[in-house]
Amino acid sequence: MTERRPAAAARPHMLLPAVTLLAGCQAAVLDPQGPVARAERTILLDSLAIMLAVVVPTIIATLAFAWWYRASNPKATRRPDWSFSGRIELVVWSIPLMVITLLGGVTWIASHQLDPRTPLASDTPPLDLQVVSLDWKWLFIYPGQQVAAVNRLVVPAGVPLRLTLTSASVMNTFFVPQLGSMIYTMNGMATTLHLMADHPGTFAGRSAHFSGDGFSDMHFQVHALPPAEFAEWAASTRSGSGTPLDDAAYLALSKPGVVDRPLDYARVASGLFDRILNQHLPPGPGPMPGPARHSSGRTGH
Amino acid sequence: MWGRLGWQAIPWEQPLPLAASAVVALALGAVLVWVVVKGHLPYVWHEWLSSVDHKRIGVMYIVLALLMLLRGFSDAVLMRAQQAVALNAPGFLPPEHFNQVFSAHGTMMIFFVAMPFMIGLMNYVVPLQLGVRDVAFPTLNSVGFWLTATGALLVNISLVVGEFARTGWLPYPPLSELTYSPGVGVDYYLWALQISGVGTLLSGINLVTTVLKVRAPGMQYLRMPMFCWTTLASNLLIVAAFPILTATLAMLLLDRYLGFHFFTNEAGGNMMMFMNLIWAWGHPEVYILILPAFGVFSEVISTFSHKPLFGYRSMVLATMAICILSFMVWLHHFFTMGAGADVNAIFGIATMVIAVPTGVKIFNWLFTMYGGRIVFATPILWSLAFMTTFVVGGMTGVLLAVPPADFVLHNSLFLVAHFHNMVIPGVLFGAFAGYTYWFPKAFGFRLHEGLGKAAFWCWVIGFYLAFMPLYGLGLMGMTRRMQHYDDPTWRPWLLVAAGGVALIAVGIALQVAQLVVSIRHRQALHDETGDPWNGRSLEWSTPSPPPLFNFAVLPDVEGEDAYWHIKQRAREQNQPRKEVDYRDIHMPRNSATGFICAFFATVMGFALIWHIWWLVAAAFVGAFATFVVFAWRDVHEHLIPAARVADIDREHRDRVASGGNPRSVALRPSA
Repeated sequence: MTERRPAAAARPHMLLPAVTLLAGCQAAVLDPQGPVARAERTILLDSLAIMLAVVVPTIIATLAFAWWYRASNPKATRRPDWSFSGRIELVVWSIPLMVITLLGGVTWIASHQLDPRTPLASDTPPLDLQVVSLDWKWLFIYPGQQVAAVNRLVVPAGVPLRLTLTSASVMNTFFVPQLGSMIYTMNGMATTLHLMADHPGTFAGRSAHFSGDGFSDMHFQVHALPPAEFAEWAASTRSGSGTPLDDAAYLALSKPGVVDRPLDYARVASGLFDRILNQHLPPGPGPMPGPARHSSGRTGH
Repeated sequence: MWGRLGWQAIPWEQPLPLAASAVVALALGAVLVWVVVKGHLPYVWHEWLSSVDHKRIGVMYIVLALLMLLRGFSDAVLMRAQQAVALNAPGFLPPEHFNQVFSAHGTMMIFFVAMPFMIGLMNYVVPLQLGVRDVAFPTLNSVGFWLTATGALLVNISLVVGEFARTGWLPYPPLSELTYSPGVGVDYYLWALQISGVGTLLSGINLVTTVLKVRAPGMQYLRMPMFCWTTLASNLLIVAAFPILTATLAMLLLDRYLGFHFFTNEAGGNMMMFMNLIWAWGHPEVYILILPAFGVFSEVISTFSHKPLFGYRSMVLATMAICILSFMVWLHHFFTMGAGADVNAIFGIATMVIAVPTGVKIFNWLFTMYGGRIVFATPILWSLAFMTTFVVGGMTGVLLAVPPADFVLHNSLFLVAHFHNMVIPGVLFGAFAGYTYWFPKAFGFRLHEGLGKAAFWCWVIGFYLAFMPLYGLGLMGMTRRMQHYDDPTWRPWLLVAAGGVALIAVGIALQVAQLVVSIRHRQALHDETGDPWNGRSLEWSTPSPPPLFNFAVLPDVEGEDAYWHIKQRAREQNQPRKEVDYRDIHMPRNSATGFICAFFATVMGFALIWHIWWLVAAAFVGAFATFVVFAWRDVHEHLIPAARVADIDREHRDRVASGGNPRSVALRPSA
């Protein structure tokens, strides 16, 4: 396992182009709240800076050449038959080749450092989370705490998260922009993702892969709490009045529909995630006849 | 009797598509009535519908592309308008409509705008540039065009009969499987693309054979104009990639129609296989579109700089390198699927390597301008906008090729901004440059410059307004294909983007006006000589429009920029060309095979979509019978006697001679 690079400090001069582009708006990807997102922003801005070093002069040269050699410019020297120069060809092949060599090196190293399967470097043991995308909502199962939630992800801040993801029906992508890497969810398959929130806060999450009519409603909030408060939340949810998430409740939940507000489940049938993953619980049924978009209001409280 | 088809298939409750289709149907009906009443039917039939002349087919391809551009653009307007109003609100398009709109937009723009536009330009120009009389397989060419038109027709029928796919322009399973998309939308998509895909493959085979086997005497490979090279590369890619598309869509059809399990959730199906296969076609596809546009830019920049293309052999090498590399990068479309770091990194780096030959091309265009005498006609304006804008799109593309950066940008509006930043300046601006550049060749008069420039500025500024905010929105975490959203900070940028689309709409209106005004003033814009831009390749040596046989006598090619050297030598020797030995010319006979086959293919596609099995069988028999009738045809060519050829050619020469030679001023080398 590769050791993850400690969070690189953002270099202000490299932020410049992005800042001018995005002045006045909140760019989630450029405002990371965890080590993964931070490292990815660094890669993004570094790569951008490397390329801008070639792209900007090229744009300027294009406009300058076109203007200087306009037909009406009496000062321009014309070379109507000039069509080859070995030296220039060498240079024009070399410049992009060198840029790509540099960038390719960056890519190779960064791809390995930021592989979603690589655990995060931390003294704290990771929290296991199981994520299931349903039509059209997110189910989050906490196997250690034996609770579950829909469209709300409560996590401890400063603790690495080990997510195992699958889909109950069609493909989706789990994505919390301020925490970093997204990953696909696919039925019958599990993907792995490691994320962490540095500090307590609330972050928007959504599906990034189109999944049908309820796709736009597949968003959720990530609540990063101090570890003590997280433990409190888990305990109170477990002892709360929420319905248990057994196979029958899961099958009802897996019917297509949008949930209007987040739900909590007080207990989760053990091995539920594995039964979904191994298709012991059947894949989502798909659209029903009739215009039933919103599922009946089920709440856990 | 009628399978799944019934009156419920007509979306009576949706006034928008019904009204739009009614208007289109009325317009088509009016044109048809006008053609019949005015007695133009025989002309339209003999000169266009059943024509196998590559020039006519090329023009029909481009007409199809321009019409479908209007359809695809109206989808874009709907999307931008919906997202402008849908902050915490349902907007005016419910998800089941919005999803059809963005699926149809992508499908239309790629398959029925970009593809026919590029194939149309190649069809028209390549035989003329190669100095020959037609393509290798003229009737096949006609079949290819009409099958493409069939696909476009089926997609448009889905507007009023049934529905279109709600899956995105690439129907990823399992969403596109019967379980999750039980309607006919995906079937419309699949059959439209299967039929037009066959048409594209036929066209690819035809153009590859033409470039390889049908060239004027002396037209060696390394004397071909750059556009012929990019045509060769693009069509090699078509021949290699389109069978993958056909096979992939066939597997999805088997899943949907016969209960197979290639890509289903159950029974061992695997959606990841679809994604690999579709992008094994899909990534070469973008180079199929962009390479001919690179060819157009090469011709235009060289012509309007009055210089040969800089580093011609280097450009050929770069083109063929792109051709090969484009097959080795497909995985970058799904870095976020969970492949290992090695796989992601290798495909990321392979993707970046394509930036090398592409960068070489940009630099060579730059040095083509160096030392030139640049005349800013509309075609080179499109080319300059391409060069300066495309490098930005290329840069964001390389950014997306870095897997860790892609992990936070994939499927976001940043991605949408990136590929529009490639396809609009690259393919569409290339198409517009080619359209303006070769229009006088095709019709004998130039397009109005003022309106062309006005349209150009609307398009370029509109493009920046419409798509630069999308980069920002992607960095703000907005994903693509959202029917509504709840983040108020996105709204202002979406409004700017909507404003950009409005400006592009003005640009399109100006282009329509340009066409109308140019037709009305065609006398003033008349191209006497056939060489309005002081061109360098052989298409400018023929009259505008060229006669059926293109060249009265096949040219003898002695180097690159063949026509430029002919003109130069004529000026140096300063003597009239000696009298030519005209001969009889054999030209292929017209054939309605393409039109009739496509008619049956349309019926068959429609019947397959609605499960009307007897009609499927009947239409198949009809199409096969058409093919048999063609196969039994004994006389394939008709003869144009030498005397007639001589008359046509002498008339053109007299016209050139009497029009003087104003270009000789431009030909004089400057001090």
